[in-house]
Amino acid sequence: MKAKVYIKHRQEILDPQGKAVLQGLNNLGFKGLTDVRVGKYIEITLDCASVESAHEQVKDMCERLLVNTVIENYTYVIEP
Amino acid sequence: MKRPQMTEPQITDRLIKEHGLKPDEYETILKILGRMPTFTELGIFSVMWSEHCSYKSSRIHLKNFPTEAPWVIQGPGENAGVIDIGDNQAAVFKMESHNHPSFIEPYQGAATGVGGILRDIFTMGARPIASLNSLRFGPLTDPYQKHLFSGVVSGIAGYGNCIGVPTVGGEIYVHPCYAGNILVNAFNLGIADIDRIFYGKATGIGNLIVYVGSKTGKDGIHGVTMASEEFTDDAQQKKPNVQVGDPFTEKLLLEACLEAMKENLIVGIQDMGGAGLTSSSSEMAARANMGIELELSRVPLREANMIPYEIMLSESQERMLIVAEEKNLEPLLSIFKKWDLEAAAIGHVSGDGYLRIKWFDETVAEIPASRISTEAPMYDRPQSRPDYQDELNILDESEIEVLTDNNDVLLKLLSSPNIASKELVWQEYDHMVRTSTVVLPGKGDAAVIRVHGSKKGIAMSVDCNSRYCYLDPYMGGIHTLTESARNVAATGAKPLAVTDCLNFGNPEKPEVMWQFAEALRGISDACRALEIPVISGNVSFYNETKGTAIYPTPTVGVVGIIEDVSQALTMGFKNIGDVVILLGPSTGSLGGSEYLSLLHGIERGLPHPVDLEMEMQLIELMVKLCKNGLIVSSHDLSEGGLAVALAESSITGNIGLNAELKTIAKGVRTDTLLYGESASRIVVSAKPDAVANIESMTKEASVPCHVIGKTVENKMFKITIDGNILMNLPLTTISSAYKESLQRGLNDRV
Repeated sequence: MKAKVYIKHRQEILDPQGKAVLQGLNNLGFKGLTDVRVGKYIEITLDCASVESAHEQVKDMCERLLVNTVIENYTYVIEP
Repeated sequence: MKRPQMTEPQITDRLIKEHGLKPDEYETILKILGRMPTFTELGIFSVMWSEHCSYKSSRIHLKNFPTEAPWVIQGPGENAGVIDIGDNQAAVFKMESHNHPSFIEPYQGAATGVGGILRDIFTMGARPIASLNSLRFGPLTDPYQKHLFSGVVSGIAGYGNCIGVPTVGGEIYVHPCYAGNILVNAFNLGIADIDRIFYGKATGIGNLIVYVGSKTGKDGIHGVTMASEEFTDDAQQKKPNVQVGDPFTEKLLLEACLEAMKENLIVGIQDMGGAGLTSSSSEMAARANMGIELELSRVPLREANMIPYEIMLSESQERMLIVAEEKNLEPLLSIFKKWDLEAAAIGHVSGDGYLRIKWFDETVAEIPASRISTEAPMYDRPQSRPDYQDELNILDESEIEVLTDNNDVLLKLLSSPNIASKELVWQEYDHMVRTSTVVLPGKGDAAVIRVHGSKKGIAMSVDCNSRYCYLDPYMGGIHTLTESARNVAATGAKPLAVTDCLNFGNPEKPEVMWQFAEALRGISDACRALEIPVISGNVSFYNETKGTAIYPTPTVGVVGIIEDVSQALTMGFKNIGDVVILLGPSTGSLGGSEYLSLLHGIERGLPHPVDLEMEMQLIELMVKLCKNGLIVSSHDLSEGGLAVALAESSITGNIGLNAELKTIAKGVRTDTLLYGESASRIVVSAKPDAVANIESMTKEASVPCHVIGKTVENKMFKITIDGNILMNLPLTTISSAYKESLQRGLNDRV
């Protein structure tokens, strides 16, 4: 099974990296950009008895290590 | 820009309570306004009357600090204090806490703590040249404390290293009382020209209010209210109050502000720290006895749909508020545009003393500015000496076993996280950037920074022994100030002024208020005796979790000047065959010592009393000895007493020692002799031919002076009494205990 985890800064929290990228794109002449948010994408290959237990494990991984839930949000999908 | 739909809650008792306002405080609000507050006004009162912004429990006590001296240019009440350091230059410095945010999100909490104190310094027109910090954690055997520890250290390094201001010193203590409430106190010092110091005053009716820096987002709303509450089990739910710092933007802001100051485009300026736009605008207005009118639709926003309440209370980082004459607006905006920063005129100075907030022309708040800043509520809270205090102060030394394996005791003390080298930590900090650092971290009792364009150096030390303060807050306060001053003097610098960061529990508890008042009385008495005025500072109350307060921790940062920085002294022994001399009283006492706590598990008794006259004489003597080039190393005695101080000088200099303590050993327990702690003591080393001179100068200064050993060629650390060996260890052994213990402790998995 493969878990695909998407992490980004919570909406109300400043994303300095996204801000720097936005500035860079503007400097290159791209027009009409209003916001850039830069996040992380993590792929985890795991051997699990069921999709349910994979969900449980991945959620636990996110809460305990992968995501700083104080400032970040996450979503994930499990692919068989 | 279109006006978003505004849905504001009704003002109910519950909402008032959620804003941390007490019923009588709300009554006062009704009286001041003569009507119900709007939602925005409730938010403004809530943050400005929070303990963090208003100092409502502490102001009455802070008034007793001595704050004046001929060299003080600006005392407490501004963004930072300022002293004259000669040659038309001024040193601007302050210390501030960021305890609560760092407990919730250690990296960003510590990082924005550094960012905040930097802004306090450059808002005065100074270029920041050095950061220090004082950190306190619970036992590092706990995995969660390790997480907090590494997060805080990385956060300080991340912000400080990116903006290019060296982190040159500080202290770290570990004690169970901080497990639920870590302390992160950040100190910064900057240099300004005396005729170019800027103040947070909104003078000149009609002058414009200009917003500069980053955009305003929804981050950190009500951060200061959080810092004015105890933590409960749901501390994690207070998540949205955390802010993310951006040191690269701060660097731009720093350069842009200094450029605008150089071009004389600024009338007044203040950073937007705790309580953001609200505190900066109302405090600048109140200091100048003026009013300020703002139009919030002109504030640069990161998110659409922000309502006035959120805009006024946001604690987004890297923002400043400037007062400028209208004719200077265009050049001002163009400077900030050049540095890729937001800048917008968002209001003007008015003459009626009101903070008036408009949003798309509608008035959403109208409050007399002084009532939410300089004239905020002030309480003389009840104090009472804790019932346990008498019991705590009893220490029957006859019941304490005199440990005889002193090799083992010394190694244990050197391995204590409170004594062991913090190299692991300061290696993460860029302590050399700007190439002015003369005394590096770990090399001396205080950090010393060269002042460019002169021979002068600035010495800085942050200190607090909170165990002493717990056992006797008054004497602990004296110890805190004298140790910090002694550290500065040990480098050869003359201590000139102090900033403080007073960390205590819940001030509504009479026992905590007693600790606070007593500690301040101690610090004040010591400041008066040593002629070191308090010029800035910060109070952090409510450092409690689930009803348990931290030990009283009134951290201070003393700053001094050394006229010729090339003479600055460090703690390591320098040459083989030098004479080692103990200046000051020959013994200390066991009460409150690291030895008693670490080896016997006892934290009781009383800290050794401090003789302030002796302390002053010792400080003056140190400055003289350094100036005359008579000594080559100096190290003050603190935790671990004489044995640890000697070991640190040996380890840092990588030179062996033969110490013979016969002259000071009479009638003293060996453990008191070796590990007892007291103030007013410094170990120095000197060439043999300088000893006669040193002895006559110490006699003249009425400071006791004992030759207690000499440095030797073999790499052994040996202490004897009348030839009987008390301890004898290879340098490599004590060095490894001292330098590697912190790392080993952090690596241990539980």
